[in-house]
Amino acid sequence: MFDYHALLPEFILGATLLVVLGVDLLVAPRRRWLAGAAGIVGLLAAGVPLLTLAGVGGTREMFAGSYVVDDFALVVKGLFLVAGAIVLLASMSYLRGDRYYEGEYYFLILASIAGAVVMASARDLITMFIGLELVSAPAFLLAGWRKGDLRSNEASLKFFLIGVLSSAVLLFGMSLVYGTTGESTFTRIAGATAAVSGESAFVLGVLFTLVGFGFKIAAVPFHFWAPDTYQGAPLPVAAYLSVGSKGAGVVGLLTICYSAFAGARDVWGPALWVLAALTMTVGNLTALRQSNVVRLLGYSSVAHAGFILVPFAMAAAFEGPALEEAFFGSLTYLLVYAFMNLGAFAAVIAIAERTGSREIDDWAGLARYSPTLATLLGVFFFSLAGIPPLAGWFAKFVMFKAVLGDPGNAWGVSLAVIAAVNAVIALFFYARVLKAAFMDPAPESLPEGAPLSRPLAAALVITLAVTLAAGFYPQLLAFFGEAARGLALP
Amino acid sequence: MTVTAGWYLALAAVLFVVGASGLLLRRNALVMFMSVEIMLNAANLSFVAAGRQLGVLDGQAAVFFVMVVAAAEVVVGLAIIVTVFRRRATASVDDLAGLKG
Repeated sequence: MFDYHALLPEFILGATLLVVLGVDLLVAPRRRWLAGAAGIVGLLAAGVPLLTLAGVGGTREMFAGSYVVDDFALVVKGLFLVAGAIVLLASMSYLRGDRYYEGEYYFLILASIAGAVVMASARDLITMFIGLELVSAPAFLLAGWRKGDLRSNEASLKFFLIGVLSSAVLLFGMSLVYGTTGESTFTRIAGATAAVSGESAFVLGVLFTLVGFGFKIAAVPFHFWAPDTYQGAPLPVAAYLSVGSKGAGVVGLLTICYSAFAGARDVWGPALWVLAALTMTVGNLTALRQSNVVRLLGYSSVAHAGFILVPFAMAAAFEGPALEEAFFGSLTYLLVYAFMNLGAFAAVIAIAERTGSREIDDWAGLARYSPTLATLLGVFFFSLAGIPPLAGWFAKFVMFKAVLGDPGNAWGVSLAVIAAVNAVIALFFYARVLKAAFMDPAPESLPEGAPLSRPLAAALVITLAVTLAAGFYPQLLAFFGEAARGLALP
Repeated sequence: MTVTAGWYLALAAVLFVVGASGLLLRRNALVMFMSVEIMLNAANLSFVAAGRQLGVLDGQAAVFFVMVVAAAEVVVGLAIIVTVFRRRATASVDDLAGLKG
């Protein structure tokens, strides 16, 4: 029943949470960063059992099939651990300058990561709900971290109300699925769907579940909270929300749709098609007229959620290898997106510290006085836009390849056309920021900014290395996407 | 007339709609939050009714987890609302419109 090896990452994370609180209690306020360092060590230590589990291989089921550690779970857990470590690195200097609580911040980020790690293995309605809440609840508090800042308060209140609303919708959907199928474990729900697939209560349950996850991944029309929350929240928290929290939502959606609702593909397929098309288009078009870089990244992350949904939406029409390819496309997009978006946020944190502003106009002439930061910004923004040879092109490539898996399918082709148009629109707003940074004249009096702190530099180096390496050598991340595709098989 | 599980599910649906309307129509953050709690409890009722009808305890067990999660959310939510209240001395969400675009 208890497979200690399979649960070791969760145990290590739990222990790390306590250690972080202890360190925060014992060290002098000046050295609170040690709590963050302990957190990073804990995240990396939790990654070790993932490697040994991958070495042993195989699928481990626990608690009557409600908690499964397979290759998909390992890959996704690894992603969340690494993303968490990068966020902690990017947070350290920001918190120092902010003069708010430090140790508790690291604790809450780690708690949220622990939730994401649980989500990766959850194969049961309630386990998934608990995991998702563990991801969200600390994030509500983190969004309002700057207690004295009214914008931060507003961000956290909006995020909280929308977050609990989405949880309630999700839970009601789950209760309908449970009521109609009589099962709560995903594999058994899938086995029972054939008998109830026509029932309106079941269809409603599936749709409510989709809406609940739609809020979590900020898909249009459930996206309106995201740019507000990103703008008001502390910058590293916005980075975490756009990768960790959104990633957990995508992982939950992938797991539940592919395993529990495998027999209801005709319900979620068309719904996701509409969601994907709307999300890409609205996200990109709204991003065009933003003057604040963080808001722009908020809408860009909404648009990327749409791109992630593109292959996924077509899964309903596919069979066999194409269905698997769609799963691979969505997951690989998520992997690439996580690194380049964290990198983009780390660069924005560094530049915001240097220039003291988050407005695009204030970044004019950045390349003159801070060429390194400007170049980094260029790399990550072009990668987000999908320009070769940066990692983003590969994400877009697998996405288009997957959605065109059946060239005769008009829905797939039209979705690919919408995605292509959106990829071009996206290039405009990323390039607009870079134009200000590289081509506009620098102001007369250069802003007096702090030098780049070492943890933030480390975060930038890691994300830059992955973004460049995965662009030149796509197998680097594709390998993990390949390993995880087993979940798509019936 | 016997009260079957269907009635309970219908009541759950009504509660859910009441909660959702409250969230959309009311402007006080506390009342909005209470509306969400009604929605969560609608889901709970639906879980219990379904579990009772199916003759398994999964549905009832689920409710315990949801109640604990809801309690945790109350802690987080009240903390956030109190923080806002301290700054603005109001819990109306209409006064919070600094983030736009």
